[in-house]
Amino acid sequence: MKRLLSIIPMLLSGDGKADRVVPPSGHTAWLTSFSAAAMAFLAVFTLALALAAGRLADRWSAELARTATVRISAPEGQQAAQTRAVLRVLRTTPGIRSARALTDAEQRKLLEPWFGPDLPLDALPIPRLVEVIEGNPGPDVAGLRMRLAAEAPGAVFDDHTRWRAPLVRAAQRLRLLAVLAIALITLATAAMITLAAKASLAANATVISVLRLVGATDAYIARAFVRRFTLRALVGALLGTAVGMVAVLLLPSAGREASFLSGLGFQGVDWFVPLAIAPLAAAVAWWATRAAAHRTLRGLT
Amino acid sequence: MIELAHAAFAYGGSEILTDVNLRLAPGSFHFLTGPSGSGKTTLLRLCFMELLPTAGHVMIFGQDARSMTRDRVAAARRRIGVVHQDCQFLDHLSVAENISLPLDVSGRDIEAERGNLDELLAWVGLASRAHALPPQLSGGERQRAALARAVIMSPEVIIADEPTGNIDWDMAQRLLRLLVELNRMGKTVLIATHDLNLIRSAKAQVQARVLRLHRRHLQLAGADL
Repeated sequence: MKRLLSIIPMLLSGDGKADRVVPPSGHTAWLTSFSAAAMAFLAVFTLALALAAGRLADRWSAELARTATVRISAPEGQQAAQTRAVLRVLRTTPGIRSARALTDAEQRKLLEPWFGPDLPLDALPIPRLVEVIEGNPGPDVAGLRMRLAAEAPGAVFDDHTRWRAPLVRAAQRLRLLAVLAIALITLATAAMITLAAKASLAANATVISVLRLVGATDAYIARAFVRRFTLRALVGALLGTAVGMVAVLLLPSAGREASFLSGLGFQGVDWFVPLAIAPLAAAVAWWATRAAAHRTLRGLT
Repeated sequence: MIELAHAAFAYGGSEILTDVNLRLAPGSFHFLTGPSGSGKTTLLRLCFMELLPTAGHVMIFGQDARSMTRDRVAAARRRIGVVHQDCQFLDHLSVAENISLPLDVSGRDIEAERGNLDELLAWVGLASRAHALPPQLSGGERQRAALARAVIMSPEVIIADEPTGNIDWDMAQRLLRLLVELNRMGKTVLIATHDLNLIRSAKAQVQARVLRLHRRHLQLAGADL
Protein backbone atom coordinates (compact mmCIF):
# COMPACT_ATOMS: atom_id res chain seq x y z
CA MET A 1 0.00 0.00 0.00
CA LYS A 2 2.83 2.32 0.92
CA ARG A 3 4.55 1.60 -2.34
CA LEU A 4 1.30 2.20 -4.14
CA LEU A 5 0.97 5.60 -2.51
CA SER A 6 4.54 6.50 -3.35
CA ILE A 7 3.86 6.05 -7.07
CA ILE A 8 1.17 8.70 -7.12
CA PRO A 9 3.55 11.69 -7.19
CA MET A 10 5.62 9.86 -9.79
CA LEU A 11 2.53 9.41 -11.95
CA LEU A 12 1.45 12.99 -11.59
CA SER A 13 4.79 14.72 -12.02
CA GLY A 14 5.80 12.25 -14.68
CA ASP A 15 9.21 11.00 -15.63
CA GLY A 16 9.34 12.50 -19.09
CA LYS A 17 12.69 10.94 -19.92
CA ALA A 18 11.75 7.39 -19.00
CA ASP A 19 8.54 7.93 -20.92
CA ARG A 20 10.28 9.18 -24.04
CA VAL A 21 12.58 6.19 -24.40
CA VAL A 22 9.61 4.07 -25.44
CA PRO A 23 8.15 5.24 -28.75
CA PRO A 24 4.51 6.36 -28.71
CA SER A 25 2.16 3.52 -29.57
CA GLY A 26 -0.43 5.41 -31.62
CA HIS A 27 -4.02 4.34 -31.79
CA THR A 28 -3.68 1.17 -29.69
CA ALA A 29 -3.26 3.42 -26.63
CA TRP A 30 -6.87 4.42 -27.14
CA LEU A 31 -8.00 0.79 -26.92
CA THR A 32 -6.65 0.40 -23.39
CA SER A 33 -8.48 3.52 -22.25
CA PHE A 34 -11.64 2.42 -23.99
CA SER A 35 -11.60 -1.02 -22.35
CA ALA A 36 -10.95 0.53 -18.96
CA ALA A 37 -13.86 2.92 -19.53
CA ALA A 38 -16.21 0.07 -20.49
CA MET A 39 -15.18 -1.95 -17.44
CA ALA A 40 -15.68 1.05 -15.15
CA PHE A 41 -19.12 1.67 -16.66
CA LEU A 42 -20.12 -1.94 -15.94
CA ALA A 43 -18.62 -1.69 -12.47
CA VAL A 44 -20.80 1.34 -11.65
CA PHE A 45 -23.97 -0.62 -12.40
CA THR A 46 -22.82 -3.72 -10.60
CA LEU A 47 -21.95 -1.59 -7.61
CA ALA A 48 -25.41 0.00 -7.71
CA LEU A 49 -26.94 -3.46 -7.81
CA ALA A 50 -24.82 -4.69 -4.90
CA LEU A 51 -25.68 -1.66 -2.78
CA ALA A 52 -29.39 -1.80 -3.62
CA ALA A 53 -29.58 -5.52 -2.86
CA GLY A 54 -27.73 -4.96 0.38
CA ARG A 55 -30.11 -2.17 1.34
CA LEU A 56 -33.10 -4.34 0.52
CA ALA A 57 -31.84 -7.29 2.53
CA ASP A 58 -31.07 -5.08 5.52
CA ARG A 59 -34.45 -3.34 5.38
CA TRP A 60 -36.41 -6.51 5.03
CA SER A 61 -34.66 -8.32 7.80
CA ALA A 62 -34.67 -5.31 10.15
CA GLU A 63 -38.20 -3.98 9.61
CA LEU A 64 -40.02 -7.24 9.20
CA ALA A 65 -38.22 -8.82 12.09
CA ARG A 66 -39.80 -6.35 14.46
CA THR A 67 -43.36 -6.44 13.21
CA ALA A 68 -46.02 -9.11 13.36
CA THR A 69 -49.74 -9.31 12.71
CA VAL A 70 -52.60 -10.97 14.56
CA ARG A 71 -55.53 -11.83 12.36
CA ILE A 72 -58.88 -12.33 14.09
CA SER A 73 -61.63 -14.04 12.15
CA ALA A 74 -64.48 -14.61 14.56
CA PRO A 75 -68.23 -15.02 14.00
CA GLU A 76 -70.29 -11.80 13.81
CA GLY A 77 -70.76 -10.36 17.31
CA GLN A 78 -67.67 -11.98 18.81
CA GLN A 79 -65.22 -9.98 16.72
CA ALA A 80 -65.04 -6.99 19.04
CA ALA A 81 -64.81 -9.09 22.20
CA GLN A 82 -62.07 -11.29 20.74
CA THR A 83 -60.15 -8.22 19.54
CA ARG A 84 -60.25 -6.79 23.05
CA ALA A 85 -59.07 -10.14 24.44
CA VAL A 86 -56.20 -10.30 21.95
CA LEU A 87 -55.07 -6.77 22.77
CA ARG A 88 -55.20 -7.61 26.47
CA VAL A 89 -53.07 -10.70 25.96
CA LEU A 90 -50.57 -8.83 23.80
CA ARG A 91 -50.21 -5.94 26.25
CA THR A 92 -49.39 -8.34 29.07
CA THR A 93 -46.90 -10.33 27.04
CA PRO A 94 -43.22 -9.51 27.65
CA GLY A 95 -41.35 -8.68 24.44
CA ILE A 96 -44.22 -6.81 22.78
CA ARG A 97 -43.63 -3.09 22.56
CA SER A 98 -47.06 -2.12 21.29
CA ALA A 99 -50.19 -3.63 19.77
CA ARG A 100 -52.89 -1.73 17.93
CA ALA A 101 -56.01 -2.83 16.10
CA LEU A 102 -56.31 -1.32 12.64
CA THR A 103 -59.32 0.92 12.13
CA ASP A 104 -61.92 0.23 9.44
CA ALA A 105 -60.52 3.06 7.36
CA GLU A 106 -57.00 1.58 7.51
CA GLN A 107 -58.26 -1.88 6.60
CA ARG A 108 -60.19 -0.45 3.67
CA LYS A 109 -57.03 1.29 2.47
CA LEU A 110 -55.10 -1.98 2.62
CA LEU A 111 -57.70 -3.79 0.56
CA GLU A 112 -58.29 -0.96 -1.87
CA PRO A 113 -55.60 -1.99 -4.38
CA TRP A 114 -57.31 -5.36 -4.77
CA PHE A 115 -61.03 -4.64 -4.47
CA GLY A 116 -61.40 -0.98 -5.42
CA PRO A 117 -62.50 1.98 -3.29
CA ASP A 118 -66.19 1.11 -3.07
CA LEU A 119 -65.78 -1.95 -0.92
CA PRO A 120 -68.73 -2.46 1.45
CA LEU A 121 -66.55 -3.48 4.36
CA ASP A 122 -69.49 -3.82 6.76
CA ALA A 123 -71.22 -6.39 4.59
CA LEU A 124 -68.23 -8.70 4.34
CA PRO A 125 -66.74 -10.94 7.02
CA ILE A 126 -63.37 -9.21 6.97
CA PRO A 127 -60.97 -10.38 9.67
CA ARG A 128 -59.69 -7.72 12.05
CA LEU A 129 -55.96 -7.05 11.89
CA VAL A 130 -53.83 -6.14 14.90
CA GLU A 131 -50.45 -4.59 14.19
CA VAL A 132 -47.81 -5.77 16.65
CA ILE A 133 -44.42 -4.10 17.16
CA GLU A 134 -42.03 -6.45 18.86
CA GLY A 135 -39.44 -5.39 21.36
CA ASN A 136 -35.87 -6.54 21.50
CA PRO A 137 -35.73 -9.39 22.47
CA GLY A 138 -39.05 -10.39 21.01
CA PRO A 139 -41.79 -12.43 22.63
CA ASP A 140 -41.90 -16.19 23.19
CA VAL A 141 -43.91 -16.96 20.06
CA ALA A 142 -44.99 -20.50 21.03
CA GLY A 143 -46.24 -19.38 24.45
CA LEU A 144 -48.02 -16.42 22.92
CA ARG A 145 -49.81 -18.63 20.38
CA MET A 146 -51.07 -20.90 23.17
CA ARG A 147 -52.37 -17.99 25.22
CA LEU A 148 -54.05 -16.47 22.17
CA ALA A 149 -55.73 -19.78 21.35
CA ALA A 150 -57.10 -19.96 24.89
CA GLU A 151 -58.38 -16.38 25.05
CA ALA A 152 -59.45 -15.79 21.41
CA PRO A 153 -59.94 -18.94 19.32
CA GLY A 154 -60.26 -16.93 16.09
CA ALA A 155 -56.85 -15.21 16.39
CA VAL A 156 -53.83 -16.21 14.34
CA PHE A 157 -50.40 -14.81 15.15
CA ASP A 158 -48.24 -14.26 12.05
CA ASP A 159 -44.64 -13.05 12.49
CA HIS A 160 -44.01 -12.98 8.68
CA THR A 161 -41.12 -15.47 8.96
CA ARG A 162 -42.61 -17.64 6.27
CA TRP A 163 -42.34 -15.12 3.46
CA ARG A 164 -39.59 -12.96 4.92
CA ALA A 165 -36.81 -15.55 5.01
CA PRO A 166 -36.74 -16.42 1.27
CA LEU A 167 -36.89 -12.73 0.31
CA VAL A 168 -33.97 -11.84 2.52
CA ARG A 169 -32.08 -14.87 1.22
CA ALA A 170 -32.72 -13.80 -2.37
CA ALA A 171 -31.56 -10.26 -1.72
CA GLN A 172 -28.42 -11.51 0.00
CA ARG A 173 -27.72 -13.89 -2.87
CA LEU A 174 -28.15 -11.03 -5.32
CA ARG A 175 -25.64 -8.95 -3.38
CA LEU A 176 -23.18 -11.85 -3.36
CA LEU A 177 -23.54 -12.21 -7.13
CA ALA A 178 -22.92 -8.49 -7.62
CA VAL A 179 -19.78 -8.63 -5.49
CA LEU A 180 -18.63 -11.64 -7.51
CA ALA A 181 -19.28 -9.69 -10.72
CA ILE A 182 -17.15 -6.79 -9.43
CA ALA A 183 -14.34 -9.24 -8.67
CA LEU A 184 -14.64 -10.65 -12.20
CA ILE A 185 -14.59 -7.16 -13.72
CA THR A 186 -11.42 -6.41 -11.74
CA LEU A 187 -9.75 -9.62 -12.89
CA ALA A 188 -10.83 -9.07 -16.51
CA THR A 189 -9.33 -5.56 -16.35
CA ALA A 190 -6.07 -7.01 -15.03
CA ALA A 191 -6.04 -9.62 -17.80
CA MET A 192 -6.74 -7.04 -20.48
CA ILE A 193 -4.03 -4.65 -19.26
CA THR A 194 -1.58 -7.56 -19.03
CA LEU A 195 -2.25 -8.50 -22.65
CA ALA A 196 -1.91 -4.89 -23.81
CA ALA A 197 1.31 -4.45 -21.83
CA LYS A 198 2.71 -7.74 -23.17
CA ALA A 199 2.00 -6.62 -26.73
CA SER A 200 3.68 -3.29 -26.08
CA LEU A 201 6.71 -4.97 -24.48
CA ALA A 202 7.04 -7.34 -27.43
CA ALA A 203 6.74 -4.49 -29.93
CA ASN A 204 9.53 -2.65 -28.12
CA ALA A 205 11.94 -5.56 -27.68
CA THR A 206 14.76 -3.69 -29.46
CA VAL A 207 14.28 -0.60 -27.34
CA ILE A 208 14.39 -2.71 -24.20
CA SER A 209 17.57 -4.53 -25.20
CA VAL A 210 19.32 -1.26 -26.11
CA LEU A 211 18.32 0.27 -22.77
CA ARG A 212 19.50 -2.80 -20.92
CA LEU A 213 22.90 -2.71 -22.65
CA VAL A 214 23.55 0.93 -21.83
CA GLY A 215 22.98 0.12 -18.15
CA ALA A 216 19.30 0.78 -17.51
CA THR A 217 17.87 -1.06 -14.52
CA ASP A 218 14.71 -3.12 -14.80
CA ALA A 219 12.91 -0.54 -12.68
CA TYR A 220 13.78 2.24 -15.13
CA ILE A 221 12.56 0.29 -18.14
CA ALA A 222 9.43 -0.96 -16.41
CA ARG A 223 8.54 2.57 -15.29
CA ALA A 224 8.16 3.81 -18.84
CA PHE A 225 5.54 1.13 -19.52
CA VAL A 226 3.89 1.15 -16.11
CA ARG A 227 3.27 4.89 -16.10
CA ARG A 228 1.75 4.75 -19.55
CA PHE A 229 -0.71 1.96 -18.85
CA THR A 230 -1.63 3.24 -15.38
CA LEU A 231 -2.51 6.65 -16.77
CA ARG A 232 -4.48 5.18 -19.67
CA ALA A 233 -6.47 2.94 -17.33
CA LEU A 234 -7.04 5.83 -14.91
CA VAL A 235 -8.31 8.21 -17.58
CA GLY A 236 -10.50 5.54 -19.18
CA ALA A 237 -11.95 4.44 -15.84
CA LEU A 238 -12.67 8.03 -14.83
CA LEU A 239 -14.64 8.58 -18.02
CA GLY A 240 -16.49 5.26 -17.69
CA THR A 241 -17.35 5.97 -14.05
CA ALA A 242 -18.62 9.45 -14.87
CA VAL A 243 -20.86 8.19 -17.67
CA GLY A 244 -22.08 5.29 -15.52
CA MET A 245 -22.92 7.56 -12.57
CA VAL A 246 -24.83 9.98 -14.78
CA ALA A 247 -26.76 7.03 -16.23
CA VAL A 248 -27.64 5.79 -12.73
CA LEU A 249 -28.69 9.32 -11.77
CA LEU A 250 -31.01 9.48 -14.76
CA LEU A 251 -32.68 6.12 -14.00
CA PRO A 252 -36.42 6.80 -13.68
CA SER A 253 -37.68 6.50 -10.11
CA ALA A 254 -40.98 4.88 -9.22
CA GLY A 255 -41.30 7.04 -6.15
CA ARG A 256 -42.20 5.87 -2.68
CA GLU A 257 -43.68 2.54 -3.58
CA ALA A 258 -40.38 1.73 -5.26
CA SER A 259 -40.21 -1.81 -6.44
CA PHE A 260 -36.90 -3.57 -6.36
CA LEU A 261 -35.71 -2.55 -9.84
CA SER A 262 -36.44 1.14 -9.50
CA GLY A 263 -34.63 1.07 -6.17
CA LEU A 264 -31.44 0.42 -8.17
CA GLY A 265 -29.14 3.34 -7.58
CA PHE A 266 -27.08 5.12 -4.99
CA GLN A 267 -28.37 6.79 -1.86
CA GLY A 268 -26.57 9.34 0.28
CA VAL A 269 -22.95 8.41 0.95
CA ASP A 270 -23.30 5.52 -1.50
CA TRP A 271 -22.55 8.08 -4.20
CA PHE A 272 -18.93 8.17 -3.03
CA VAL A 273 -18.45 4.42 -3.47
CA PRO A 274 -18.14 4.42 -7.30
CA LEU A 275 -15.46 7.10 -7.00
CA ALA A 276 -13.16 4.28 -5.88
CA ILE A 277 -13.45 2.55 -9.26
CA ALA A 278 -10.94 4.73 -11.13
CA PRO A 279 -8.18 4.52 -8.48
CA LEU A 280 -8.80 0.78 -8.29
CA ALA A 281 -8.49 0.44 -12.07
CA ALA A 282 -5.26 2.47 -11.97
CA ALA A 283 -3.90 0.26 -9.18
CA VAL A 284 -4.81 -2.88 -11.12
CA ALA A 285 -3.13 -1.49 -14.27
CA TRP A 286 -0.05 -0.49 -12.28
CA TRP A 287 0.28 -3.94 -10.79
CA ALA A 288 -0.50 -5.84 -14.02
CA THR A 289 1.93 -3.83 -16.18
CA ARG A 290 4.64 -4.02 -13.57
CA ALA A 291 4.29 -7.79 -13.28
CA ALA A 292 4.28 -8.19 -17.08
CA ALA A 293 7.32 -5.92 -17.53
CA HIS A 294 9.39 -7.63 -14.88
CA ARG A 295 8.48 -11.05 -16.21
CA THR A 296 9.60 -10.01 -19.70
CA LEU A 297 12.79 -8.36 -18.46
CA ARG A 298 13.83 -11.40 -16.45
CA GLY A 299 14.07 -13.25 -19.76
CA LEU A 300 16.77 -10.83 -21.00
CA THR A 301 20.38 -10.41 -19.93
CA MET B 1 38.73 -5.27 -14.13
CA ILE B 2 37.51 -8.14 -16.25
CA GLU B 3 38.79 -11.63 -15.75
CA LEU B 4 37.90 -14.90 -17.45
CA ALA B 5 39.00 -18.11 -15.76
CA HIS B 6 38.63 -21.38 -17.68
CA ALA B 7 35.57 -19.83 -19.25
CA ALA B 8 33.71 -21.76 -21.90
CA PHE B 9 30.63 -21.01 -23.89
CA ALA B 10 28.53 -23.60 -25.65
CA TYR B 11 25.49 -23.04 -27.76
CA GLY B 12 23.22 -25.77 -28.98
CA GLY B 13 25.54 -28.48 -27.75
CA SER B 14 28.68 -27.29 -29.54
CA GLU B 15 31.33 -25.32 -27.72
CA ILE B 16 32.24 -21.98 -29.27
CA LEU B 17 34.87 -21.06 -26.69
CA THR B 18 36.87 -23.49 -24.58
CA ASP B 19 38.99 -22.85 -21.50
CA VAL B 20 39.50 -19.16 -22.09
CA ASN B 21 41.74 -17.36 -19.63
CA LEU B 22 42.01 -13.62 -19.86
CA ARG B 23 42.79 -10.82 -17.49
CA LEU B 24 42.17 -7.21 -18.49
CA ALA B 25 44.29 -5.13 -16.09
CA PRO B 26 43.36 -1.48 -15.49
CA GLY B 27 44.85 0.72 -18.19
CA SER B 28 45.68 -2.14 -20.55
CA PHE B 29 45.04 -2.06 -24.30
CA HIS B 30 44.09 -5.31 -26.03
CA PHE B 31 43.23 -6.28 -29.55
CA LEU B 32 41.27 -9.44 -30.20
CA THR B 33 41.73 -11.02 -33.62
CA GLY B 34 40.78 -14.22 -35.32
CA PRO B 35 38.98 -15.38 -38.41
CA SER B 36 35.35 -14.47 -38.66
CA GLY B 37 33.17 -16.98 -36.86
CA SER B 38 35.94 -17.77 -34.40
CA GLY B 39 33.94 -16.41 -31.48
CA LYS B 40 35.30 -12.86 -31.09
CA THR B 41 31.85 -11.39 -30.59
CA THR B 42 30.89 -14.19 -28.20
CA LEU B 43 33.98 -13.48 -26.10
CA LEU B 44 33.15 -9.78 -25.97
CA ARG B 45 29.56 -10.54 -25.01
CA LEU B 46 30.85 -12.58 -22.09
CA CYS B 47 32.85 -9.51 -21.03
CA PHE B 48 29.79 -7.30 -20.70
CA MET B 49 27.50 -10.04 -19.43
CA GLU B 50 25.19 -10.24 -22.38
CA LEU B 51 26.09 -13.93 -22.19
CA LEU B 52 27.05 -16.00 -19.19
CA PRO B 53 29.76 -18.67 -19.46
CA THR B 54 28.52 -22.25 -19.61
CA ALA B 55 31.66 -23.35 -17.72
CA GLY B 56 34.35 -21.57 -15.77
CA HIS B 57 34.02 -18.05 -14.41
CA VAL B 58 33.78 -14.48 -15.62
CA MET B 59 34.65 -11.90 -13.00
CA ILE B 60 33.53 -8.32 -13.63
CA PHE B 61 34.99 -5.70 -11.26
CA GLY B 62 35.71 -8.48 -8.80
CA GLN B 63 32.27 -10.07 -8.89
CA ASP B 64 31.27 -13.35 -10.46
CA ALA B 65 28.97 -12.50 -13.36
CA ARG B 66 26.84 -15.52 -12.65
CA SER B 67 25.96 -14.43 -9.13
CA MET B 68 25.28 -10.77 -9.92
CA THR B 69 21.76 -9.42 -9.46
CA ARG B 70 20.13 -7.70 -12.43
CA ASP B 71 20.63 -4.29 -10.86
CA ARG B 72 24.32 -5.04 -10.26
CA VAL B 73 24.64 -6.02 -13.92
CA ALA B 74 23.07 -2.69 -14.88
CA ALA B 75 25.45 -0.82 -12.56
CA ALA B 76 28.46 -2.69 -13.96
CA ARG B 77 27.41 -1.88 -17.53
CA ARG B 78 27.53 1.82 -16.72
CA ARG B 79 31.26 1.31 -16.10
CA ILE B 80 31.73 -0.52 -19.40
CA GLY B 81 31.29 1.30 -22.70
CA VAL B 82 30.36 -1.02 -25.56
CA VAL B 83 30.45 -0.42 -29.31
CA HIS B 84 28.46 -3.18 -30.99
CA GLN B 85 29.10 -4.54 -34.42
CA ASP B 86 25.48 -3.88 -35.36
CA CYS B 87 24.94 -0.61 -33.57
CA GLN B 88 21.38 -0.36 -32.38
CA PHE B 89 19.72 2.88 -31.38
CA LEU B 90 16.33 4.10 -30.32
CA ASP B 91 15.10 5.11 -33.74
CA HIS B 92 12.55 7.64 -32.53
CA LEU B 93 15.12 9.70 -30.63
CA SER B 94 17.69 12.04 -32.17
CA VAL B 95 21.37 11.17 -32.44
CA ALA B 96 22.20 13.54 -29.57
CA GLU B 97 19.53 11.96 -27.35
CA ASN B 98 20.76 8.48 -28.22
CA ILE B 99 24.32 9.39 -27.34
CA SER B 100 23.22 10.83 -23.99
CA LEU B 101 20.97 7.83 -23.27
CA PRO B 102 23.45 6.21 -20.82
CA LEU B 103 23.44 9.47 -18.80
CA ASP B 104 19.67 9.40 -18.86
CA VAL B 105 19.21 5.83 -17.65
CA SER B 106 21.72 6.32 -14.85
CA GLY B 107 19.90 9.42 -13.64
CA ARG B 108 22.62 11.97 -14.48
CA ASP B 109 21.72 15.54 -15.23
CA ILE B 110 21.92 15.90 -18.99
CA GLU B 111 21.96 19.69 -18.95
CA ALA B 112 25.05 19.62 -16.74
CA GLU B 113 26.80 17.40 -19.28
CA ARG B 114 25.65 19.41 -22.30
CA GLY B 115 29.20 20.74 -22.88
CA ASN B 116 30.66 17.23 -22.85
CA LEU B 117 28.02 16.03 -25.28
CA ASP B 118 28.69 18.84 -27.77
CA GLU B 119 32.43 18.26 -27.54
CA LEU B 120 31.97 14.55 -28.06
CA LEU B 121 29.66 15.10 -31.04
CA ALA B 122 32.24 17.37 -32.60
CA TRP B 123 35.01 14.84 -31.94
CA VAL B 124 33.22 12.02 -33.75
CA GLY B 125 32.23 14.45 -36.52
CA LEU B 126 28.50 14.32 -35.90
CA ALA B 127 27.92 17.89 -34.68
CA SER B 128 25.90 18.69 -37.77
CA ARG B 129 23.91 15.45 -37.46
CA ALA B 130 22.96 15.88 -33.79
CA HIS B 131 19.28 16.27 -34.54
CA ALA B 132 19.07 13.59 -37.22
CA LEU B 133 17.34 10.30 -36.47
CA PRO B 134 19.49 7.15 -36.42
CA PRO B 135 17.88 5.60 -39.54
CA GLN B 136 19.07 8.65 -41.49
CA LEU B 137 22.72 7.97 -40.65
CA SER B 138 25.21 6.18 -42.87
CA GLY B 139 26.96 3.04 -41.60
CA GLY B 140 30.07 5.02 -40.66
CA GLU B 141 28.05 7.67 -38.88
CA ARG B 142 26.22 5.01 -36.90
CA GLN B 143 29.52 3.51 -35.78
CA ARG B 144 30.82 6.90 -34.66
CA ALA B 145 27.57 7.60 -32.82
CA ALA B 146 27.86 4.21 -31.12
CA LEU B 147 31.40 5.04 -30.00
CA ALA B 148 30.26 8.39 -28.65
CA ARG B 149 27.45 6.66 -26.72
CA ALA B 150 29.96 4.10 -25.38
CA VAL B 151 32.33 6.71 -23.95
CA ILE B 152 29.94 9.43 -22.72
CA MET B 153 29.78 7.92 -19.23
CA SER B 154 33.57 8.01 -19.09
CA PRO B 155 33.61 4.26 -18.44
CA GLU B 156 36.52 2.37 -16.95
CA VAL B 157 36.47 -0.24 -19.69
CA ILE B 158 35.74 0.23 -23.39
CA ILE B 159 34.84 -2.79 -25.47
CA ALA B 160 34.47 -2.37 -29.21
CA ASP B 161 33.43 -4.99 -31.75
CA GLU B 162 34.85 -4.15 -35.21
CA PRO B 163 34.53 -0.41 -34.57
CA THR B 164 36.19 0.47 -37.85
CA GLY B 165 34.30 -2.02 -39.97
CA ASN B 166 32.23 0.54 -41.84
CA ILE B 167 34.39 3.63 -41.88
CA ASP B 168 37.20 4.92 -44.06
CA TRP B 169 40.85 4.84 -43.05
CA ASP B 170 40.93 8.45 -42.07
CA MET B 171 37.96 8.12 -39.71
CA ALA B 172 39.35 4.83 -38.41
CA GLN B 173 42.52 6.66 -37.46
CA ARG B 174 40.52 9.31 -35.65
CA LEU B 175 38.57 6.66 -33.74
CA LEU B 176 41.77 4.90 -32.84
CA ARG B 177 43.33 8.16 -31.62
CA LEU B 178 40.26 8.69 -29.42
CA LEU B 179 40.58 5.19 -27.99
CA VAL B 180 44.32 5.64 -27.45
CA GLU B 181 43.69 8.93 -25.71
CA LEU B 182 41.08 7.31 -23.47
CA ASN B 183 43.59 4.55 -22.72
CA ARG B 184 46.19 7.15 -21.72
CA MET B 185 43.62 8.53 -19.29
CA GLY B 186 43.67 5.13 -17.64
CA LYS B 187 40.78 3.38 -19.37
CA THR B 188 41.02 -0.29 -20.22
CA VAL B 189 40.41 -0.95 -23.91
CA LEU B 190 39.49 -4.18 -25.71
CA ILE B 191 38.93 -4.06 -29.46
CA ALA B 192 37.91 -6.97 -31.66
CA THR B 193 39.11 -6.42 -35.21
CA HIS B 194 40.51 -8.24 -38.17
CA ASP B 195 42.08 -5.05 -39.52
CA LEU B 196 45.82 -5.69 -39.11
CA ASN B 197 46.69 -2.21 -40.32
CA LEU B 198 44.71 -0.77 -37.48
CA ILE B 199 46.63 -2.92 -35.03
CA ARG B 200 49.98 -1.85 -36.47
CA SER B 201 48.93 1.74 -36.39
CA ALA B 202 47.89 1.41 -32.76
CA LYS B 203 51.12 -0.28 -31.76
CA ALA B 204 52.99 2.79 -32.86
CA GLN B 205 51.01 4.87 -30.37
CA VAL B 206 50.38 2.61 -27.43
CA GLN B 207 51.60 -0.59 -25.86
CA ALA B 208 48.94 -2.95 -27.12
CA ARG B 209 48.67 -6.66 -26.62
CA VAL B 210 47.17 -8.80 -29.33
CA LEU B 211 45.03 -11.83 -28.48
CA ARG B 212 44.05 -14.36 -31.09
CA LEU B 213 41.14 -16.76 -31.07
CA HIS B 214 42.10 -19.97 -32.75
CA ARG B 215 40.08 -23.16 -32.71
CA ARG B 216 38.00 -22.08 -29.74
CA HIS B 217 41.08 -21.22 -27.68
CA LEU B 218 42.52 -17.83 -26.84
CA GLN B 219 46.23 -17.29 -27.47
CA LEU B 220 48.59 -14.40 -27.09
CA ALA B 221 49.71 -13.49 -30.59
CA GLY B 222 53.40 -13.27 -31.33
CA ALA B 223 55.42 -10.17 -32.04
CA ASP B 224 55.04 -10.60 -35.77
CA LEU B 225 52.32 -8.02 -35.99
